[in-house]
Amino acid sequence: MTRRHSGRWGKWLVAGPPLVYLFVFFAIPALIMVVASFRTPGDFGGLAPLVGADGEIDLNLESYTRFFEDALYAQIFVKSFWYALATTLICLVLAYPLATLIANSERRRRDLLLLLVILPFWSNFLIRIYAWMIILGPNAALARTLNGVLGAFGQEPVSLLFSAFAVLVCLVYVHLPFMVLPLYANLEKHDQALLDAAQDLGANGWQRFWRITFPLSLPGVYAGSALVFIPAFGIFAIPDILGGPDDSLIGNVIKQQFLETRDWPFGSVLSIVLTASALAFAALAAWVGRRGVGRLAAGDA
Amino acid sequence: MPKRTFWLAAAALVAYAFLYLPLVIVVVYSFNDSRLNAEWVGFTFDWYRKLAANEEMLLAAGNSLLIALVASAVSTVFGTLAGLAMHRYRLRLLPILVLAPIAIPEILMGVSLLIFFVMLNFTLGLVSVALAHIAFCIGFVAIVVRARLSGMDESLVEAARDCGASPAQAFFHVTLPLIMPGVIAGALMAFTLSIDDFVITFFTAGAGTVTLPLQIYSMIKIAVTPEVNAVSTLLMLLTLMLIVIASKVSPSLLRSEHA
Repeated sequence: MTRRHSGRWGKWLVAGPPLVYLFVFFAIPALIMVVASFRTPGDFGGLAPLVGADGEIDLNLESYTRFFEDALYAQIFVKSFWYALATTLICLVLAYPLATLIANSERRRRDLLLLLVILPFWSNFLIRIYAWMIILGPNAALARTLNGVLGAFGQEPVSLLFSAFAVLVCLVYVHLPFMVLPLYANLEKHDQALLDAAQDLGANGWQRFWRITFPLSLPGVYAGSALVFIPAFGIFAIPDILGGPDDSLIGNVIKQQFLETRDWPFGSVLSIVLTASALAFAALAAWVGRRGVGRLAAGDA
Repeated sequence: MPKRTFWLAAAALVAYAFLYLPLVIVVVYSFNDSRLNAEWVGFTFDWYRKLAANEEMLLAAGNSLLIALVASAVSTVFGTLAGLAMHRYRLRLLPILVLAPIAIPEILMGVSLLIFFVMLNFTLGLVSVALAHIAFCIGFVAIVVRARLSGMDESLVEAARDCGASPAQAFFHVTLPLIMPGVIAGALMAFTLSIDDFVITFFTAGAGTVTLPLQIYSMIKIAVTPEVNAVSTLLMLLTLMLIVIASKVSPSLLRSEHA
């Protein structure tokens, strides 16, 4: 392709404005936050002056030390990890049949079925959380039925709302489309001839699934898992609204550090560790995915 | 085989019910003549009437609309340029800056912009929220526009240039009309993302500014009231309309490859 239309000036005329904007409003704030994580919290919240009264530049590792020494924060991180992992696995179990059905349906109907998966994702995030407040509320049919049954067995009534259960259900609900889409995109490309061949060779339904369909779908599984895991790991609105006092996740602690305690250096440390670990998990998933596919291609799966 | 299909369809039906039942409940109870969102009592428009008289909510809706209009307009221009640049040139930094805000946890962008604005002594309010929304919408517009560009016949631009069109003329008379469906779809997407955003707005709005999601948040933190159902229903209706328009303009937008 000739690139006559793309002289040196043209390139920067086109790429320049978004580059500058994102540099100023994304890259610089992120860098400032990294620097802030090494600074000292201010007496009235926020940050202490970078250059202290003695003229020395005040950068230290205190917030990091605090993070690694206080077991409380490690616990919350581990808890957030388990919530995100459970969300990912439940989404996978729910999304697999759905994605399979869509991929196997007629071409005409596929777009509609897919649209039906995406549509709830476009409705407001808070509305979707609020819907679960209604469903799990103490006066709603679900809680009354459950507590009626529990009462019949002489058990104490339970609260569905403001519980770990509510948080998990809503986490799955909000992230399900992120799992269905990449899975569908993968399953749609599978070659039916492989399954037919396996059947001819005597493989039953389970064998065909576990030895052909599932291994081949791994790239979709890993892509979907990364898309669910990363946002679920950093979530704060769902535990904030639907969780009880024990259901604070790392996102809630970050919110608290920035808006209530106003310890910005420590909040920055938490945000950096959160982002780094979420991206590390996603990179791990991508790496495992590639390796898995490589093995399959090499034929020793 | 039919047995397998049956179970597959049953499982998929459960998944669809799981996706839609909560939204249906919100809509149905917005017409329910009862303060408790617990059981159906009777039909009423009261919650919508209450909503129309709720000045805080109207102010929040006005703010959200204003921010979404500004954010979608600006991010559409920047996002289209970014999509074009990523399609045409081999750039290292731009794709990272465009895609990173989508890939990282949202809360990081919220808190880092909070530090940024406060350090610059920039008053938190409508402007800071709009600036933040533009930053996260650019990537979504760029992805949609780039997808549209990859389906475009590049030789048309060559032909225009051969006929003596300047790069700007070739862009405005050939490229832009051809990618317009993608640009419009990207703009509608940015509008929806902006009007729906909660997390980044929460951190960049400051104390005195409310948007619809922030108003909904403070209402549901206090109590569950069908007024929230009513505003939710209206917001869902608006989103649905935007999606219908977007899918008419750019049918491929709703298929999996761009989602």
